[in-house]
Amino acid sequence: MAIGQSQAPTETVGVMAPPPLAEGPRVPWRRTPEGRARLLGISMFAPAVLYITALIGLPLVLAFVYAFTDVKVGSATSHWVGLENFRSILQSPSFRQALLNSFIFTIVSQVLVIVGSTTLSLALKDKFHGRGFVRFLILLPWVAPISLGAIGWKWILDSLYSVINWVLVALHFYKPYSAPMWLGEPVLAMASVILVHTWRLLPFSTVILLAGLTAIPKDIPEAAEVDGAGFWRILFQINIPMMLPIINVAVLFGIIFTFTDMTVVYILTAGGPFDSTQVLPSLAFFTGILAGDLSQGAAISLFLVPILVVVAYLMLRMAHRAEIT
Amino acid sequence: MAVVETRALTKVFKEGEVGAVNDVNLQTREGEFLVFLGPSGSGKTTLLRMIAGLEQPTRGEILIGGSVVNHLTPRERRIAMVFQSYALYPHLSVYKNIAFPLKAQGVKKELHRQKVEWAAELLGIERLLDRKPRQLSGGERQRVALARAIVREPTVFLLDEPLSNLDAKLRASAREELELFHKRIGTTTIYVTHDQVEAMAMGDRVMVLHQGYVRQIGTPTEVYDHPSDTFVATFLGSPPMNLLENGEAIVGFRPEHLQPVELVPQAATTFRLRVKNKEYLGAEWILYGIVSGGKFDGRELISRLGSAASHQTDQTYDFGVGEQDLHFFDRQTEKRTGAKVLAWR
Repeated sequence: MAIGQSQAPTETVGVMAPPPLAEGPRVPWRRTPEGRARLLGISMFAPAVLYITALIGLPLVLAFVYAFTDVKVGSATSHWVGLENFRSILQSPSFRQALLNSFIFTIVSQVLVIVGSTTLSLALKDKFHGRGFVRFLILLPWVAPISLGAIGWKWILDSLYSVINWVLVALHFYKPYSAPMWLGEPVLAMASVILVHTWRLLPFSTVILLAGLTAIPKDIPEAAEVDGAGFWRILFQINIPMMLPIINVAVLFGIIFTFTDMTVVYILTAGGPFDSTQVLPSLAFFTGILAGDLSQGAAISLFLVPILVVVAYLMLRMAHRAEIT
Repeated sequence: MAVVETRALTKVFKEGEVGAVNDVNLQTREGEFLVFLGPSGSGKTTLLRMIAGLEQPTRGEILIGGSVVNHLTPRERRIAMVFQSYALYPHLSVYKNIAFPLKAQGVKKELHRQKVEWAAELLGIERLLDRKPRQLSGGERQRVALARAIVREPTVFLLDEPLSNLDAKLRASAREELELFHKRIGTTTIYVTHDQVEAMAMGDRVMVLHQGYVRQIGTPTEVYDHPSDTFVATFLGSPPMNLLENGEAIVGFRPEHLQPVELVPQAATTFRLRVKNKEYLGAEWILYGIVSGGKFDGRELISRLGSAASHQTDQTYDFGVGEQDLHFFDRQTEKRTGAKVLAWR
């Protein structure tokens, strides 16, 4: 934007300037105002382009190439195998489990995040004593490094040292040594992973929704109140519909963050027990990097692409529309 | 229809600070159009919001239809309010906007269409029912807001500066429409404005507020011709009333009463004025004069003259005020007092 603006006047100068005369010292292009502006633009833009090309573009291209070959970690040569990798992963029960888990993980955690963050943002909208402190507390999980947060949760959910179990035992809900194994039983493990991820995404979504909520003029819910609407009617027929564009943005961001994230799964359960919490990114990592089967890992991770393309497209459209209204 | 009453109504936003509304006692009359008039920060909107139930009073009572409603929510007070911004629901069509109060108050669904159409017809917006608020002009939005307020036939109508978002030309016609509208529905209406023209033109009675205190309640004629204090005297009328301190009294007279001496045969007092500046407003002249000589030498006085006047800048003329046009106020309290003998020369 800034580049375009700075170029506009220099371009008109260029149009109006007389054609260069044959005699006299010729000014090199890069010294002309137009040239300077363009060079400045390029140099400001270059780091971002380089960064994205080297760390995102190149691996993406490599992933596409690898997915159609039989390359392994450490192998010097590779062969074109066509769709063989895709055929084999589609037949693998681990992959099918991971695909299903990815959807469960994403959908359930997003539902929880949206319900939770809508509630939180509505609660934090009005002034009360200590609001600043509560807002700070809610933001903490987002500010803390995810790996540290997840390691903290690993202890909280640990089979031996779990504080949750300690409390449950102390309250006589369970006998010692028979308390739930949060990360050791398939359903509980999935629930734990989802809850920790929800905990992690909640602040981000809350902040987005708070911004959207404060943009609603105070008069409108007040008018609804005078019109005779109660709390729930105002919430569901006025506030939430008016927040919808911003909720969409939060959901789409959340889907991308969840679908592509493996930190929580990796740290808490490493996909276990028995692949019950395995998601596509973690499976791709275990297969491609740890097991060294680069081509299969690439093929697994490419399965995310069509889904993410659709989500990203929707996200951009929503963001654009939210900007306009 | 109902009467709104407040008793010693007070609102203090922050403890220890001066109140936004102080000790307001008022009682509307049945079907009356009552205007709250005051400059910004005078507490008029806060007062209205307390009546609506959007703001809790710090002290005092609010009665609607004879019973205390302090503890009732806006929903239970059965009043309608039009906001300054109109506060239309942007995601709902005009039809759904107007139907919203019906839905919210549990009116039978079969009656919705009939009632919405009745309200829309009353305001001439039948053809807009399918549109969204953002597709409407300012004047149309105002009508939708009115239709939404009227649709459930409220007992009291509260209007918070509903004309302030319209441009000048539209405002005059919208004002007239509102007046006719009130005559037709006859509901008790409280109207908040900072515009004295609106207040004078529309109000059956005008309540002048300043810093949260009621300065005067009266008909437009009463507040204009017999202002209760110097604030009311200068707030109403444009240009404002001329005020001159004289001993323990303040003497006031309106610009239209300061006329060339030849037009005031029995002038109670005269001034020699040098014309400093003059403004031609089409139907009239506004003259800014400096008193020359006498006790008030150097003071500025404003006169309002017919368009035929031909006074020249920097010339000196004699002006006079008739006895009946003089107002007297106490210098300490700034309250209106009885007529006094002028002895200022």
